[in-house]
Amino acid sequence: MNPTTSHSLAIAAKGLRKTYGDKTVLDGIDLAVPAGTVFSLLGPNGAGKTTAVKILSTLVTADAGDLTVGGHDLAADPQAVRAAIGVTGQFSAVDGLITGEENMLLMADLHHLPRQEGRRTAAELLERFDLVAAAKKPASSYSGGMKRRLDIAMTLVGSPRIIFLDEPTTGLDPRSRHTMWQIIRELVSDGVTVFLTTQYLEEADELADRIAVLSEGRIAAEGSADELKRIVPGGHVRLRFLDPLAYRSAAVALREAAGDDETLSLQIPSDGSQRELRSILDWLDSAGIEADELTVHTPDLDDVFFALTGPATPTTAPAPAPAQSEENVR
Amino acid sequence: MSSLPLAVRDAHTMLRRNLLHARRYPSMTLSLLLTPIMLLLLFVYIFGDVMSAGIGGAGADRSDYIAYLVPGLLMMTIGSTVIGAAVSVSMDMSEGVIARFRTMAIHRGSVIIGHVVGSVLQVLASLVLVGAIAVAIGFRSTDATALEWLAAFGLLALFTLALTWIAVGTGLASPNPEAASNMAMPLILLPLISSAFIPADTMPGWFRPIAEYQPFTPAIETLRGLLLGTGIGHNGWLAVAWCVALTVLGHRWSQAQFNRDPK
Repeated sequence: MNPTTSHSLAIAAKGLRKTYGDKTVLDGIDLAVPAGTVFSLLGPNGAGKTTAVKILSTLVTADAGDLTVGGHDLAADPQAVRAAIGVTGQFSAVDGLITGEENMLLMADLHHLPRQEGRRTAAELLERFDLVAAAKKPASSYSGGMKRRLDIAMTLVGSPRIIFLDEPTTGLDPRSRHTMWQIIRELVSDGVTVFLTTQYLEEADELADRIAVLSEGRIAAEGSADELKRIVPGGHVRLRFLDPLAYRSAAVALREAAGDDETLSLQIPSDGSQRELRSILDWLDSAGIEADELTVHTPDLDDVFFALTGPATPTTAPAPAPAQSEENVR
Repeated sequence: MSSLPLAVRDAHTMLRRNLLHARRYPSMTLSLLLTPIMLLLLFVYIFGDVMSAGIGGAGADRSDYIAYLVPGLLMMTIGSTVIGAAVSVSMDMSEGVIARFRTMAIHRGSVIIGHVVGSVLQVLASLVLVGAIAVAIGFRSTDATALEWLAAFGLLALFTLALTWIAVGTGLASPNPEAASNMAMPLILLPLISSAFIPADTMPGWFRPIAEYQPFTPAIETLRGLLLGTGIGHNGWLAVAWCVALTVLGHRWSQAQFNRDPK
C-alpha cells in the first residue's frame, strides 16, 4: 500500500446525498479530511451523522455524490476502501457469544494474518486496552466501557489507516470516556486518520482538528474549534444582585452592560482572561458595587451548536440551561 | 490472493465462529430435537400397536410401524432443527458484528455460507442422534443394499441443504428471532401433514393433494424405499427436484436479502 502523504485527503466527499423514502437524511454535503487528522462530525440525534458514517464505510450506498476514501472511489471499488478502513459503530460491533480473545482471533483470521502473527497481535491489543483479565470471558458479560475498548481493539487488528468512530463515547461513564479519548489521541499520534461523530461538543473540542456541524442533513458550519467559536457572540461576565437597589445603581454605573431586570443581573462583555477580570473587579471596587454573584462565561461549542442547529434557541429558554464552562467566582 | 481461496478461507473462519456458538450454546439445537424424538417415542410406544395394525402390519407387533415411521421422523428432524438456523441468522443480523463484517475486505458471502455449512453439520449430527435412538428402539434397515444406504445418506444431506437455505432466507427476512422462529414453523408443520405418520392414500380424499404436493412426502417416500429396500418409484426424482428447487430458491432469496443495504 502506498503511504499517503500528509497533504493528501483521506476522505473526500462532494455532494453526498441520501434519502430514505421521502426523508432526506443527507442533503448534499461536502467533506474533506486530510490524512492524519481528526475530523469530527457534530450534530444532534437524527442529524444524519450515522448515515454519513455508514455510507463512507461502505455499509450503505449513497444516492449521489463523488466519494473517495483512502484514495479509492467508494462506488467503483468498495472492497479497496474496506481494506483501508476500520469502523467502530455506535452499537458495539463485538460478538457477544464468544470471548474477547476469540473476537480478536476472529478478526486476525478475517484479515488473513498468519496464525502466529494473529495471536501476537491479539495478545498485544488485549494488553494495550487493558482486557487481559477479561480475555477468556464472553464479550456479552463486559461492561459498556470494556465492550467499547474491545470494539476498538478489534478494529485495530488490521492496522487501518482510516478509522471511523461513530459516537464512541455515547453511554460511557466519565472515566471510560477519558480512557477512550486517550485511545483516540494515541491513534492519531500513530498517524491514523480519524473520522469521529459525536453529540458531545466537549469531545469534538478536545479531539478534533476540524469540526463540521451537521444539522438537518446539511453542514451548517465547518472549521477548527476556535474558528467555530468566533461565529457566535463573545463571552461575558455576569453579575447578579439580590438587592434591587444595588442592581439599579450598578446598572446606572455600568452603562455598557446589558441588564436583565427580572433576574437582577448584568452582563459585561469580556473574553474571560485574567487581566480583563482583574480590571473589571478593580473597577467594580472603585465604583463601590458589590455583586452577590459573579460568573464568567466563555463562548464554547455549545453556543455554536445551539446557534447553528435547530430553530429553537435554548439560550433564551427560561429553564436553567446546564452551565457549561461557567466558573463561579464568589 | 485470488478470490476462490479467499472465499474458502473466510467461509471457513465464519463456519468456525458458528460452530463455536453452537458448542457454547447447544440448548437451542437440543430443544429443537425434542419434538421429533418425543413424537418418535409417542407414536411407537403409545400409538404403535394400533398404527401397526392400521397400516396393514401382520400382527399386533409395532415393528412394522417403526419401520414405516422412522424415515418420516428423520425428515422431520431436518425440518425442526433447521429452525435453529433461521433463529440464529436472525439473531446474528441484529448484532453489530455483522455490520463490522460488511465493512471488512472479506468475501461477502462468507457470513451466510458459514451459517449454512454450520447448520448442515448440526442437522446431520441431530440425524445421527435420532437414527441411533431409532435403532435402539428396534428400527432395522437390513434389506437395503450399500448403494441404497449411500443414496439415503445423500438424500438426507441434500434435503438438509435445501431446508437450511430456506431457513437462512427466513432468518434474513425476519425482523427479530421470535419472528424467525414463527416464520419457520411450516418446516415443522409440513411433515405432520405428509406421509410421515400414515400413508397418503389412507387420508381423506380432499386432503390427499395437500400431503402429496409438498416436499416432505416424496422425500420421505424415497428415504423409506431406500432404507427398507422396497423401491422408490418416481419419488426419487421428485424428491431431488424439490431439493434442487428449494436450494436455488433459498440461495437466491438469502443472497438478495443479504446484499441489500442494511437499514
